[in-house]
Amino acid sequence: MRIGFFLREALRAMRRSAAPSFAALATVLVTLLVLGVFIPIVQATKGAANSVRSRVEVDVYMKTNASSADETRVRSELLSVPHVRSIQLVSKATAYTQQSKIDPAAYRLLGANPLPDTFHVIPDNPANVLGVQHSLTTGGSQGGILDSTIQSVSNKRTDTRKILQVTNLVTITAAALTVLLTIASVLLIANTIRLSLYARRREVEVMKLVGATDWFIRWPFVIEGVIVGAAGALLAIAVLGVTKVALLDPLANNWSLIAAPRTIPFTALVAVLVGAGVLVSALGSGLSLRRFLRV
Amino acid sequence: MATSSKPTTRSGRRGLTASTERPRTATTPAGGRQVIEFRGVSKLYAGDVGLDQATFSIERGEFVFLVGSTGSGKSTVMRLLIKELEPTSGAIRVAGHDLSQIDRKRVPFFRRNVGVVFQDFKLLPHRTVYDNVAYALQVTGGSRKEIRAKVPDILRLTGLATKLHNFPDQLSGGEQQRVSIARAFVNHPPLLLADEPTGNLDPQTSIDIMRLLYRINRTGTTVLVATHDQAMVDKMRRRVLELSRGRIVRDEAAGLYTRDETTRDLARRLRAPSTRPPGL
Repeated sequence: MRIGFFLREALRAMRRSAAPSFAALATVLVTLLVLGVFIPIVQATKGAANSVRSRVEVDVYMKTNASSADETRVRSELLSVPHVRSIQLVSKATAYTQQSKIDPAAYRLLGANPLPDTFHVIPDNPANVLGVQHSLTTGGSQGGILDSTIQSVSNKRTDTRKILQVTNLVTITAAALTVLLTIASVLLIANTIRLSLYARRREVEVMKLVGATDWFIRWPFVIEGVIVGAAGALLAIAVLGVTKVALLDPLANNWSLIAAPRTIPFTALVAVLVGAGVLVSALGSGLSLRRFLRV
Repeated sequence: MATSSKPTTRSGRRGLTASTERPRTATTPAGGRQVIEFRGVSKLYAGDVGLDQATFSIERGEFVFLVGSTGSGKSTVMRLLIKELEPTSGAIRVAGHDLSQIDRKRVPFFRRNVGVVFQDFKLLPHRTVYDNVAYALQVTGGSRKEIRAKVPDILRLTGLATKLHNFPDQLSGGEQQRVSIARAFVNHPPLLLADEPTGNLDPQTSIDIMRLLYRINRTGTTVLVATHDQAMVDKMRRRVLELSRGRIVRDEAAGLYTRDETTRDLARRLRAPSTRPPGL
């Protein structure tokens, strides 16, 4: 009886103050749309930053006369260096075909293949790259280079630093923007609800004078908030879903950033948006009402 | 309804400060005869005096007028009685409850024992007559069955049986005030407060409203009416409390009124061309 009564009260209130309810719904819709677009973008950016970071590596160039036995030995030596996750051999021939594709004329001029065999050494964590490089250049006998058949070890100290700094900055900026956007959404929705409550403050006053308890007055407003929030969220999801199927999925085949595997799955995004919409509007209604209950 | 009260104890003019020899029966809990007791109650509004050391009491079943010019403190008394305001000093008891002992959470439950009628009716504009009255029952957790039984009853009593499904803005002022009275009385509270109930109404309609309030009073409900309709007060010949600048300056049973007068007799008397009642 009670729940039915509150539900009917909420629906009655929405029917007769259709304009403010619609305004609240539209606010929720727009805010969640922005949020729904922004969350995957932030995640894609973070994903891109992470993939850049994962490309941080140390290149080990072999001497051009190194034999395949040397290579096998160096490979096992490299693997035993701490913080090395994996290594990848790019042979002379592979390197040559790759490079001559980029600049065919220059390589045709050269005639012979001047490129050495190269190991890409990938650290377990991008932050360890400098340590790995250090052990490679000083890990051999008498503090020299790791193996006598190694010509040189790439020194990308400044590049690495830059990459790490930039990706950190991107991550922090994205997080800050998310927080700001969330705060803005909450304030916007709370303000809209407040306006629609303000229009009904006289009614609340009368209810109090007749002897209604605070919660008796509040429940219909909270339920109204839940309905408006859920409706706004569902609409936002519908729009996002259509956009995803119609625009993003075809593009994703051609554009790797969109296809970044680390963005939030659509179902999780749906859950987040519905949860946020319902929670914020229900809380907003319940809390904003407090001012008008002081009779 | 045997509403025994002794007008003689209150008759006669009182000085500016009410005397203290009044029997203090209100100290006994809920069963006491006094429905309202003000003891040395003052209310200051940011320095202005709203009520100044007011002391009076009203017994069960009485019909009392509270008169005074605008700003004399009538509305302050009313608002103090439903705990919309807190007194600056002094003690108020309503039906045996010390109002200062009622905390914020229990105020709604207290208010259900006090019906209130306002000058501006304070109806819920988007509900029908029926729903406005039903709301007062829904608030108390009344079942649908109870509502279906009680609401048409009270609307018949107040003469609104044909207006059940009208909205307040489709009614005349008198009809709106009847709805407001029906809402205040549907719970059968022991005390009914009316703050300028006829302030917005023409004389004929005012008489009907007063008659309705008197009928409610005859069921045993204590009724306190704040008004500045002097003619009406003179004709009704009930107890009168007069306020002036926050002080009780008069407390008298206006003339020898007959307690058991029927509403019809009352109405006949009210409609009669004004003859000053004896004793005034």
